[in-house]
Amino acid sequence: MIKKYDISGEDFSLAGEASSNFKSVLKRLGISTEIVRRVSIAMYEAEINTIIHGGGGECEAEIKSNAISVTFRDNGPGIANLELAMQEGYSTASEKIRELGFGAGMGLPNIKKYTDDMLIDTAPGKGTTLTLIINL
Amino acid sequence: MTYFHSVTLDARKCHGCTNCIDHCPTEAIRVRRGKAKIIKQRCIDCGECIRVCQSHAKIVAADDFSMLDNFKYNIAMPAPSFYSQFRCEISVNRILNAFIKIGFDDVFEVARGAEYISAATRELIASGNIKKPVISSACPAVLRLMRERFPGLLGNVLSLVSPMEAAAMLAREEARKKTGLCDEEIGVFFISPCPAKVTSIKSPLTLEKSNVSGAISVKDAFAKIRPIIDDIEDELPLAVSGYEGIFWARSGGECKGSGVEDYIAVDGINNVLQVLEEIEYGKVNNVEFIELSACTSGCSGGPLNIVNPFIASRRIAQQSKKRSNVSEPKIADVERFSWKKPVEGRKHSGLDDDLEKAMQKMELMDELYERLPKLDCGSCGAPSCKALAEDIVRGFASENDCIFIMREQVKKLAKELYELNESFDASAK
Repeated sequence: MIKKYDISGEDFSLAGEASSNFKSVLKRLGISTEIVRRVSIAMYEAEINTIIHGGGGECEAEIKSNAISVTFRDNGPGIANLELAMQEGYSTASEKIRELGFGAGMGLPNIKKYTDDMLIDTAPGKGTTLTLIINL
Repeated sequence: MTYFHSVTLDARKCHGCTNCIDHCPTEAIRVRRGKAKIIKQRCIDCGECIRVCQSHAKIVAADDFSMLDNFKYNIAMPAPSFYSQFRCEISVNRILNAFIKIGFDDVFEVARGAEYISAATRELIASGNIKKPVISSACPAVLRLMRERFPGLLGNVLSLVSPMEAAAMLAREEARKKTGLCDEEIGVFFISPCPAKVTSIKSPLTLEKSNVSGAISVKDAFAKIRPIIDDIEDELPLAVSGYEGIFWARSGGECKGSGVEDYIAVDGINNVLQVLEEIEYGKVNNVEFIELSACTSGCSGGPLNIVNPFIASRRIAQQSKKRSNVSEPKIADVERFSWKKPVEGRKHSGLDDDLEKAMQKMELMDELYERLPKLDCGSCGAPSCKALAEDIVRGFASENDCIFIMREQVKKLAKELYELNESFDASAK
């Protein structure tokens, strides 16, 4: 089963809508609380990244019998140095974004922490595609 | 699994309107055959429906004064919020004396119990032996909400009994010493501002059995006390609680008592739901203490109270200020006031036990939802089109419960009848 969400790059008040919506889908499907929690946290972080770095994009969340995989795709600037981006506390977010309470440099590390697998396809100028996988 | 609920319906008074289904935070009410029906598995006894029901059809299964006859010695335990039901000129001591006038042998302030719980909370937080953010457990509606919807956060909940239970334990101890009676002969009555407290007495989550014998609604107690409150002479010195305990009746009162500087005090059930979602996302990790009250303004906004929550809240500030220097320091007894059994999250059944089937049902639900008008008008008896779609998939409702779909069907049928009639006419010619 696949759920698709558009992620607007402009409206911060909508941040978290896709993850919140998918969370209620998972709860209705009877998925265990711990899995729902992990998916929600990782998905929320990825959704915020798509907004603040990617300028918006799309999200495709798939539930299979053995795993949940969620892919975020954006046409943003891409990640120049992935190794640095994976470090806790490293962030390229602007001062303006930080004032809003985002950009603490915990996004990607948190996604990694809460998922079983994380795949990133990115290059400067190419945009970023991130897939997070949580096994059932 | 059996469910006890203190919120019930007086079916004779229910008009089958949509006020309660619209305001229920857990979508626990449906209107079926013209009457509201509470889904027991979902209700948390918050009392929002009592607040909004214009027909007064939602009632609370509280106890009445005749229950005092079952005991030799009766103690009234008013919640501190009860003080807010009277003008500020009426002292706490006078209000407590009124309980003696209406037939109780003694009073014990729940505010005193609150002071003991505050002391134990400070001790527990200082020990570091507790997961942060610490979430308060004093509001029984919130505790039930967490058990149903946020079981993953139960590990953060402060595992201390409510001020009401603490007060009842202390009141019983005092009464046993004073009278020589045994527990069965002592009646301890909580004067309750809300249905959730009533439920927590009849069906406690954190104790095998409540120390409270019965719950009398604030409305009923107020009706007895109001006429006599101005005529009380020769007051006994009964008030012992201070600022800290009385302030618990307001949102933020428990936070103040926790001794923590970095806290969030959340009031109103919808705000509570939003903040719990945020905590679940791990977005409020650095806060030390989180107080959650289902009612706006905290217990002073309880649905069984009479006075407006904001006016009541101001009165609590005034009353507690008047008693800022009276309270004696309380001993922190974490062991004594700890939960006697853990609260376990309830495993909720999804649309189906089998994931594949659940997903099929989910897709069906989405298809159904697309056909519905998305007006969330409530005419079908469900709170929203989404809820109706879920009810249909779960087998509790049908598409024709939607009046818009029904109208389409009638239109189609009328057209078919007309065409059928036309074809008769044509063949007769």
